[in-house]
Amino acid sequence: MAKFTAKPVDLLKINFKTPKTDWMDTPVNIREHMYCHPAKAKDLETVGFPNIHEWRPADDNWNLPEDWKEIVINGIKERLQKYRSFHVFMDICVRCGACADKCHFYLGTGDPKNMPVLRAELLRSVYRKYFTAGGKIFGKTAGARELTEDVLKELWYYFYQCTECRRCSVFCPYGIDTAEITMMARELTNLLGLQLGWIGGPVAACYMKGNHLGLEPHTIKSNIEMMLDDIETITGIRINPTFNRKGAEILFVTPSGDLFAMPGIYTCMGYLMLFHELGLDYTWSTYASEGGNFGFFTSNEMAKRLNYKIYAEAKRLGVKWILGGECGHMWRVLHQYMDTWNGPADFLEVPKSPITGTVFDNAKSTKMTHISEFTADLIKHGKLKLDKSRNDHLKVTFHDSCNTSRGMGLLEEPRYIIKNVCNHFYEMPENTIREKTFCCGSGTGLNASENMELRMRGGLPRANAVKYVRDQYGVNMLANICAIDRATLSASMDYWVPGVGVAGVSELVANALVMKGEKERTTDLRGEPLPGKEGAE
Amino acid sequence: MKILFPFFAVILLVLLAVVGVKGANLHFLFGVVVPYAAVFTFIIGVIYRVLKWAKSPVPFSIATTCGQQKTLPWIKQDKLENPSSTLHVIGRMALEVLLFRSLFRNLKGELKDSSRLIYGSDKWLWLAGIAFHYSFLIVLLRHIRLFAEPTPSYLHLLETFDGFLQIGIPRLFMTGVILLAAVTFLFLRRLYIPQVRYISLAADYFPLFLIIGIATTGILMRYFFKTDVVGVKELTMGLVSLSPVIPEGVGAIFYVHLLLVSTLFAYFPFSKLMHMGGVFLSPTRNLTANSREYRRINPWNYPVKVHTYEEYEEEFRDKMKMAEIPVEKE
Amino acid sequence: MSSLQGIRSLNELLSEKKQAILEKWFDSVLKTYPHDSAKFLKRQKDQFANPVGSTIYRGMGSLLDLIVNSADTDNIIKSLDEIIRIRAIQDFTPSHALAFVVELKRVVREEIKGETCASQLIDELPEFDRRVDGLLLLSFDIYMKCREKIYELKANELRNMTLKLVERANRIFEAKYRNVDLEDIISQGNKTERGE
Repeated sequence: MAKFTAKPVDLLKINFKTPKTDWMDTPVNIREHMYCHPAKAKDLETVGFPNIHEWRPADDNWNLPEDWKEIVINGIKERLQKYRSFHVFMDICVRCGACADKCHFYLGTGDPKNMPVLRAELLRSVYRKYFTAGGKIFGKTAGARELTEDVLKELWYYFYQCTECRRCSVFCPYGIDTAEITMMARELTNLLGLQLGWIGGPVAACYMKGNHLGLEPHTIKSNIEMMLDDIETITGIRINPTFNRKGAEILFVTPSGDLFAMPGIYTCMGYLMLFHELGLDYTWSTYASEGGNFGFFTSNEMAKRLNYKIYAEAKRLGVKWILGGECGHMWRVLHQYMDTWNGPADFLEVPKSPITGTVFDNAKSTKMTHISEFTADLIKHGKLKLDKSRNDHLKVTFHDSCNTSRGMGLLEEPRYIIKNVCNHFYEMPENTIREKTFCCGSGTGLNASENMELRMRGGLPRANAVKYVRDQYGVNMLANICAIDRATLSASMDYWVPGVGVAGVSELVANALVMKGEKERTTDLRGEPLPGKEGAE
Repeated sequence: MKILFPFFAVILLVLLAVVGVKGANLHFLFGVVVPYAAVFTFIIGVIYRVLKWAKSPVPFSIATTCGQQKTLPWIKQDKLENPSSTLHVIGRMALEVLLFRSLFRNLKGELKDSSRLIYGSDKWLWLAGIAFHYSFLIVLLRHIRLFAEPTPSYLHLLETFDGFLQIGIPRLFMTGVILLAAVTFLFLRRLYIPQVRYISLAADYFPLFLIIGIATTGILMRYFFKTDVVGVKELTMGLVSLSPVIPEGVGAIFYVHLLLVSTLFAYFPFSKLMHMGGVFLSPTRNLTANSREYRRINPWNYPVKVHTYEEYEEEFRDKMKMAEIPVEKE
Repeated sequence: MSSLQGIRSLNELLSEKKQAILEKWFDSVLKTYPHDSAKFLKRQKDQFANPVGSTIYRGMGSLLDLIVNSADTDNIIKSLDEIIRIRAIQDFTPSHALAFVVELKRVVREEIKGETCASQLIDELPEFDRRVDGLLLLSFDIYMKCREKIYELKANELRNMTLKLVERANRIFEAKYRNVDLEDIISQGNKTERGE
């Protein structure tokens, strides 16, 4: 048996890794628990992605196609010509460092290559080598480096440690947006077949079945029917929503996570109850049954292909406009991309609330309105009867999703709603909310379980701010408007801030919503006893 | 290496000018040829770079929204942080370009006495940036005096303002001192803050050393060596009127100054200094954020392969019928 | 109590030198991080801009207080938990993650070396060491809990995702399709799967 001789001091010293070396000379160390498994070949084949092959991130040999280098260089060239953002962002960074400590992954991991500026430099150095005179002539002195397999691995490793949250871009004096750079880098890895399972799977499922989870039409219906049973138990009201109904006024689209995952289903019950109470003439679609878009994390083209279903279905069903549920990256896509990709939606009408008559002019071209805009308008016009005290057992704080805050600006609507349905609302510290909000740490398809350590590290800055309001005010519920948040913040809270739950805003609305003909409620949507009703059953 | 290489490059430039003028008598080369070449490179280079950027389209409306969107009429829109009209964008860009809005945002919360949360700001970078850029601008404007005859009147105003401290003869211009101080701060910051040092390239130090050299030689000429201003103006007027002359009696230090400035000009289009032009072209800042209100056209938008409803129904028709979901074809 | 003129107990000395010990101890932990991360963790004291560094620093500070004041185990666990929860998900082996606890012995010895009353203090060291050993044992428990939590989270996520499947399996037929023949549905499904 080996003799144990190590002293504590030695133990500490063994790990004393001092990259005194320049970052270019510090080779990438691909660590377990920090990355996701590769995609299944069958999923990539379904959507026709190129260069599908067997490979494992931890292996030395990634079985890259012979001409991989050419593919990447040509890929960069094509994207420089297609996107001014990419081109300009490759050139103008002055490395002032303002972004460095703004990234949740850098804050949580301390890995210098997670500083947004350095993450971008990983790709910029390659750009300089092949596309600038200075880089070609002066090489490393000009910050340029050859594209080697190791460099490619480094790009892959770190661009799948960025959630495209855009927090860095808020602080950059030139608005350099790492999300843009990450998107390009991920497109490049996708060209080489280096896709993640957690992204490839949902993309294939969404393409064929209409949603990321791969729920087939009858399953969607029966899932919702189960929620209807629960709603009936709680309120005594039986709701009868419709599916794929032609001639409805509104098509409702939400992330499929709301149909299936906990605690997303409570948010979904919230939608169902609200729409029923309003008597809204709306329909669900099993074909366009996904608001989110994991294609957005593979390539622009794939995102467009998945997004196609929403307008196509709206047209087929002959609805007047589209209402969208609570989701983060879904709204980045709907707000900034959908109309450009698959518009013009000239077969639809400008969204108009049938209850209040409010015309949503801010969506007059895309014709799609956010549920929070819709609900806030209802509350403002006094169209909802609300009993705030039903949420009295909750001390609520609100987490802005990256995309709805920095890719849309939906800041006040959800807050207005929460304040009208909850008595106890507390904001987290100012530099961690609104446009400065911290990511959940698991966006852009990084919400797998094999990379749980990465997720926990990335989630630490957000959790740390939640911990502050929990300790300060006793906050026990983290409200949000994002399906990925609902799924992943639950884990993050469980680890970092036990005792804090996660809920969609629409769940809180439905808790407070006094419905016509309902029986006296004794529990909230989760079956937890309402304040003052403990032991009522 | 990252620091020493650019440092010695600048030293080399200094020596080159001194030896060239003092030793080899290459006044014409350093006083006329090099400046012309530099300005030419600058103009062509900058135009080339900007056109190259402009050639790449902006396919999507990707503004980074840093405030409340335009929405329901009773919710106040943050027009400067989430612009919905060209006017708002102009406002946003003006704040960004003239006041470095985003750098100013660099907020930092601090916990005092382990319970009170105090918001201090981390504005040193912003302050140094503003001081550096504006003093550089004023110094540049002051140099117009050398290229215009008679001296435009607004320059007198500028100089009065710049020298209002009324110290010394010739009067001390504040901007020269501020420029040198700010650029030194930016250099030390790069050295001192570990993350910034880690990310810095030779290309980050080189312009700093150049500008330190330019400011130092400028100050030396004005206050210490008292360079022959009349001679200098003769030379610069010759340059600007395209009839170059080399006057007698202009010291070597002027040629050092001129070579460093020429290098800066020639280097500009190939370097990160192009951020001056790039900031205007940054799509996350210069676009309106009302992308649901007005459709943006992508010039290279192309048809893609999709999975149609018909294909979907074909696959699931039986299950749909079974679950009483309406279908197109029975 | 026991301190005569000029002679201080170890506890008194520790309280007195708390700041110096804390800084040294914190530094020894920082050394386990890569060079550039360490500098960042040390410099940036803001709780929200540097959650890792500030949490570890705060945790160590209160831990020192608690050791000196022989506080109850619950409070000690709370402080230890803050630190270990972070180190449990970083790139450390279990021994590396917890080595910081034992490191306190070295730091304290270094600090009291120069004291005039060092010889008396040395008599008190075994008791102090015993307390540190206690900390280490508690740390094992906490570390294991954190790691178990990570795996629990993975399992939970899977469960949250499949819970509905199970529920549906139980409820699907009895609710809506009560009248449909089970056999029919299964054979239908099989046909579709085979692409018929």
